[in-house]
Amino acid sequence: MAHGSSAVNFKNPAVRWVDRRLPIFSMMHREYGEFPTPRNFNYLWNFGALSMFFLILMIATGVMLAMHYTPSTDDAFASVERIMRDVNGGWLLRYLHMNGASFFFIVVYIHMFRGLFYGSYKAPRELLWMLGVVIFLLMMATAFMGYVLPWGQMSYWGATVITNLFSTIPVAGDAIVTWLWGGFSVDNPTLNRFFSLHFLLPFVILGVVVLHIAALHVTGSNNPTGIEPKGPQDTLPFHPYYTMKDTFGLAVCLILFSIMVFFAPNFMGHPDNYIPANPLVTPSHIVPEWYFLPFYAILRAVTFNFLFIPAELGGVILMFGSIILLFFLPWLDTSKVRSTKYRPVYKWFFWLFVIDVLVLGYMGSQPAEGINVLIAQLATLYYFVHFLVVLPLLGKFERPKPLPRSIAEAVLPRGGGAADMAAAPARPMDKA
Amino acid sequence: MRAITSFFAALAVLLGGALTPAIAADEAPTPPAQDWSFDGVFGTFDRAASQRGLQVYLEVCALCHALDYVAYRNLEGIGFSEAEVEAIAQRVSVTDGPDDSGDMFERPGLPQDRFVAPFANEQAARAANNNAYPPDLSLIVEARAGGADYLYGLLTGYVEAPDDVELSAGMSYNEYFPGHQIAMPNMLLDGAVQYTDGTEATPQQMAWDVTNFLAWASEPNLEDRLNTGRGVIIYLLIFAGLLYAVKRKIWAKVH
Repeated sequence: MAHGSSAVNFKNPAVRWVDRRLPIFSMMHREYGEFPTPRNFNYLWNFGALSMFFLILMIATGVMLAMHYTPSTDDAFASVERIMRDVNGGWLLRYLHMNGASFFFIVVYIHMFRGLFYGSYKAPRELLWMLGVVIFLLMMATAFMGYVLPWGQMSYWGATVITNLFSTIPVAGDAIVTWLWGGFSVDNPTLNRFFSLHFLLPFVILGVVVLHIAALHVTGSNNPTGIEPKGPQDTLPFHPYYTMKDTFGLAVCLILFSIMVFFAPNFMGHPDNYIPANPLVTPSHIVPEWYFLPFYAILRAVTFNFLFIPAELGGVILMFGSIILLFFLPWLDTSKVRSTKYRPVYKWFFWLFVIDVLVLGYMGSQPAEGINVLIAQLATLYYFVHFLVVLPLLGKFERPKPLPRSIAEAVLPRGGGAADMAAAPARPMDKA
Repeated sequence: MRAITSFFAALAVLLGGALTPAIAADEAPTPPAQDWSFDGVFGTFDRAASQRGLQVYLEVCALCHALDYVAYRNLEGIGFSEAEVEAIAQRVSVTDGPDDSGDMFERPGLPQDRFVAPFANEQAARAANNNAYPPDLSLIVEARAGGADYLYGLLTGYVEAPDDVELSAGMSYNEYFPGHQIAMPNMLLDGAVQYTDGTEATPQQMAWDVTNFLAWASEPNLEDRLNTGRGVIIYLLIFAGLLYAVKRKIWAKVH
């Protein structure tokens, strides 16, 4: 550890005393104070910080909800209603937590699509991206188990459908499902373990987030041009430039979040979850939370047996495959150019992929009947074609636009010293 | 094997909405939207309507439907005074105990009691209602797609069954109920209650009032939520404006 050499001379004697023994202030100064950050971030680079905010919000509200929640099939639903009606500010805590989950996924999805658009997963940031995919998987598991806790109809039946996915595993499927449930159906042992794991996993996420950020501070951030900073003219210190920009972005995000929490808190929920769980009555449509809908559509898209693989198993394989695929993205995309801004053909495929995911999401919310099945199947097919055919081939055939020589050349009026940059855009803030 | 079976059962529901109620549920028309006082950013509960709605609930609905999550003390939220709440609570008899000798005993209700349910358990409720289970009404507005509009539509939606529909024994035809055949008969007939404030108790009026009351019962903190929300949004707008100004100032040097 070479921290001693880079230690800052702090004026405050107490800070200096601590820092000599544990250079935490030096570290903060280095990683969040003067940390050289590309000068040309657009507002899409706010979403990492926003994700962090929502993780902390979820942990804070979740810990307080856990003080009032009772994880038992007899009392869970009533204890949530007690939180809503009798706990001081309980309705606010629960609505923050409920809508916080949705917003966490919104900001993380934007964060991921930002990475896709600007090629943030390419060398040397492969591991950074893969850690992000791990966080995403953990988030999905945590959100799924959290949705079971209020023990409403959708909680119960969602848990039944999703845990039953594992029954499609050949040979050991049934045993695995019984083991997951802690019994022969979704019941009290299931609820108890889901509560325990729902409390634990966010801290695991926090741990992986630390690794994600540590990896980021090794490679440095990508930026809208996708070219590495070549010198001090290309970067700004993280503070105050990006601390300020992130704070402003957070305030804007909080306005949207507050509109949902205070004026439409149940908009993204399902009315059936205000009916206590009843194992004898199946809801007419079992729908997962919106953030799972694209994957749910992929799960349901396989309606036929393929060779020796039954349809149900095929759906499960494709659904998990659609996420596992993201781990291999850095090697599936063969183009050396990171930013889609300089990839005239890929640009169209990127937006086609965005539309594809939206179509999948919509199909996941609709009953799988008639033309819907075919649309979902085609959208599923394209999802995989995008990763397995388009990305590997396009890098070989596409002729990218010429890259600017440096970030400064691309974004500054006088090109950071280059004389021939009259055509460069005038203001970095306009760069999308 | 059981896991596989239930997986297929679940999947059958998903694929094609194979169960008949699923299809029927989609066929019920959407009830028309009403102009509720609690809608929108400046929503409040209509105190007078909610209080009349309580009377409808107590005199009509409460014969079959429980209101488990609401306590009598909560009624102060729709404008009753402490004394009025005590008077309302005292009208019911609550089983309490065990006392010092180990026996349960009856006593008049207190404000802290929750609304007393009409039946001891689901079986008793079914036995008295042609095997149908009248749902608890504490969350009925939150727990139905369409919310208050649906509830009002349902309560005013009793019509003659079309000729091609054969009603099962003890069932009524309702325009807005999923599947149309509902076990609850039309209870809100002209003059089913005598309003203490002199309002004429038409079926529409009673349906309107009890929907107001049950909307409050579903989310008694709604006014608190909207009030807080308006303050939070105004605060955040000003705060975001200031932050933007500071951000512009800081970045002016490097643009």
